[in-house]
Amino acid sequence: MAGYQHNDAGTLLEVRDLKTHFMTRRGLVRAVNGVNFELERGETLGLVGESGSGKTITCLSILRLLPRGGQIVGGEILFDGQDILKTSEREMGLLRGKRVGMILQNSMAALDPVFSIGTQIAEPLVVHQGLSWKRAMAGTIELLRMVKINDPEVRIRNYPHELSGGMRQRSSSAASIGPHPDLLIADEPTTALDVTTQRQYLDLLKDLQKATGMAIIFITHDISIVGNLCDKLAVFYGGIVVEYGPKDQVLNNPSHPYTKALLQALPVLGEKRDRLQTIPGEPPHAGNLPPACPFHPRCEQAMDTCKEGDAPPAFYLGNSHQARCWLLEKDYEQYSH
Amino acid sequence: MNSTVIEVQNLVKYFPVRTGVIVGRTIGNVKAVDDISFGVSQGETFALVGESGCGKTTVANLILKLLDPTSGDVLFQGKSLNKASGAEIRQYRRSVQAVLQDPYGALNPRMRVGHIISEPLEVHGYSRSDRKRLVQDALRAVGLPETSETQFPHEFSGGQRQRIGVARALTLEPALIILDEPVSNLDVSIRSQVLNLLKDLQEQRGISFILISHDLASVEHMSHRIGVMYLGKLVELGDAQQICDDPAHPYAASLVAASTPPNRTPPWQIPIIGEVPSAMDTPSGCPFHPRCVYAMPTCKEVTPSLTQLPDGRMVACHLYPDHIGSIDKHAELPAARLFEQETEDGGTEAAL
Repeated sequence: MAGYQHNDAGTLLEVRDLKTHFMTRRGLVRAVNGVNFELERGETLGLVGESGSGKTITCLSILRLLPRGGQIVGGEILFDGQDILKTSEREMGLLRGKRVGMILQNSMAALDPVFSIGTQIAEPLVVHQGLSWKRAMAGTIELLRMVKINDPEVRIRNYPHELSGGMRQRSSSAASIGPHPDLLIADEPTTALDVTTQRQYLDLLKDLQKATGMAIIFITHDISIVGNLCDKLAVFYGGIVVEYGPKDQVLNNPSHPYTKALLQALPVLGEKRDRLQTIPGEPPHAGNLPPACPFHPRCEQAMDTCKEGDAPPAFYLGNSHQARCWLLEKDYEQYSH
Repeated sequence: MNSTVIEVQNLVKYFPVRTGVIVGRTIGNVKAVDDISFGVSQGETFALVGESGCGKTTVANLILKLLDPTSGDVLFQGKSLNKASGAEIRQYRRSVQAVLQDPYGALNPRMRVGHIISEPLEVHGYSRSDRKRLVQDALRAVGLPETSETQFPHEFSGGQRQRIGVARALTLEPALIILDEPVSNLDVSIRSQVLNLLKDLQEQRGISFILISHDLASVEHMSHRIGVMYLGKLVELGDAQQICDDPAHPYAASLVAASTPPNRTPPWQIPIIGEVPSAMDTPSGCPFHPRCVYAMPTCKEVTPSLTQLPDGRMVACHLYPDHIGSIDKHAELPAARLFEQETEDGGTEAAL
């Protein structure tokens, strides 16, 4: 389902039918349960979903950095044509940090409190680009200037606790983009930031992308902030991508009942709604997923087919837009690759 | 005209900062709340909006009498809390309840839900049979099954726990509930359930809410009036719709602009510079001047006071009344002024 144009020169990442499961004492947790998407060079893909929907585990699978008990049990991940699942651990070490950078939600945890930020930003340059420490420090000053930190010559000697939240998040971004990665994975990078700082940071990310040409995977639970940044969206629910397509298609013409309900349920500034639409029930826990379509217990339009068999297939809605819902069966073709 | 439930008058709370281990020496004050006044009417939702560290939670703690003010007073139904007797304070504590942000931390994991909800009733001397009945009423009111009574908090999801928190706040039939970021810890698809529940309860029971939040979209949805706080001060105070549609203070405008969805044009296109400074050394004059693109020399020296605009709301900004007319609210401001004022390298893409 993932590839519209296979092995196109522009394709950087292809994830096909990825399944990542966890063996826990309480049983099997199907965190990622058949995820498909692809990413062109220089493109931004937003992964939107609630906690436990599988978006972070999908990205950790790409880096093969799964927490204990996690295992990729099926599917393929092709990064620049290379099968990540067949790559040796040594080669993965070269890939992580150098070709795929990652920004974490909590910048205080991502930065080591006992090293100055200069050292921490320079380290990947030394390790991945083979620069001397002296030259790496000069590069660090450039990077800090790029993420718009004032007086970078002074700031490189600061420790993480001496910086504000927004500055820390910008410094850790500088560390991630230092080795010029082809892909940057940003996992909820703005959640810990204040509203005004949040918007500044998103603008910065866009500027950095323009300057470096890297592709970005942006993970968020907040569908309202992805609009400006992302080219494509993948809406996650219960370990699968329920809707996938160009941003405008997904936001303006949502076709999966979950996406529709989510967009209706949120208050939007400037659109007075008397009463918010609610989605009944709660998002499922990955250890206890409903059979067939994971959304059916909360879906008002659920039919008998939704409760039986496998998760619904993807239906192709045109313009690279697809959704996994049986309601689309009568009007659209099933998507196959 | 509805009666005023609570009135906050010139509330000030400084936290002294001390050095030294044995002999403490005060080296400064964190001005968490710096001269704040507002009132909340019966059945009204008043929202305090601002970013982290602006003092909104301290205001809540002062109203809940979890902290004592440095100066200023809180009037409940016209009576001063500073002069209240012990018995009156006890009565007050029944009338003002809180729902906290973190539904995981707010409920004692070792207590059954029925006990959690009935504890306030126990404190205030209700009989066992009354307690039983009121707990059932409260559970029904928040849409939880009556069997929840015998369960423990860990058996519930985040949204259900927040309902338990609301049920606990309801049992004593308070006149005012303080909601401190009630939905920000909840999953997106659950938030609207809790927001709708709160709105329904307000309509049924005429409770007043003080909603503390940084999320303007849900504030616009929930509240009647808004107070925008910045570094311990109110910078704008007025009708919620008015502030969201046409903010008057540059800081309020930048909050609105930052929360406006990308497919809409914000009412005032205003670039935001830098970050909130530490509350320990607040800037001189207007606390917002280092981040304000419209800052004038007077802004550095004179602290603006809240003054009323012709449309009824209150704003603390030197742009009013003389300078606001000359501002083009949809002008593209140069990118070089974004982020840091003293940037020399000019462009945003200069570095690579």
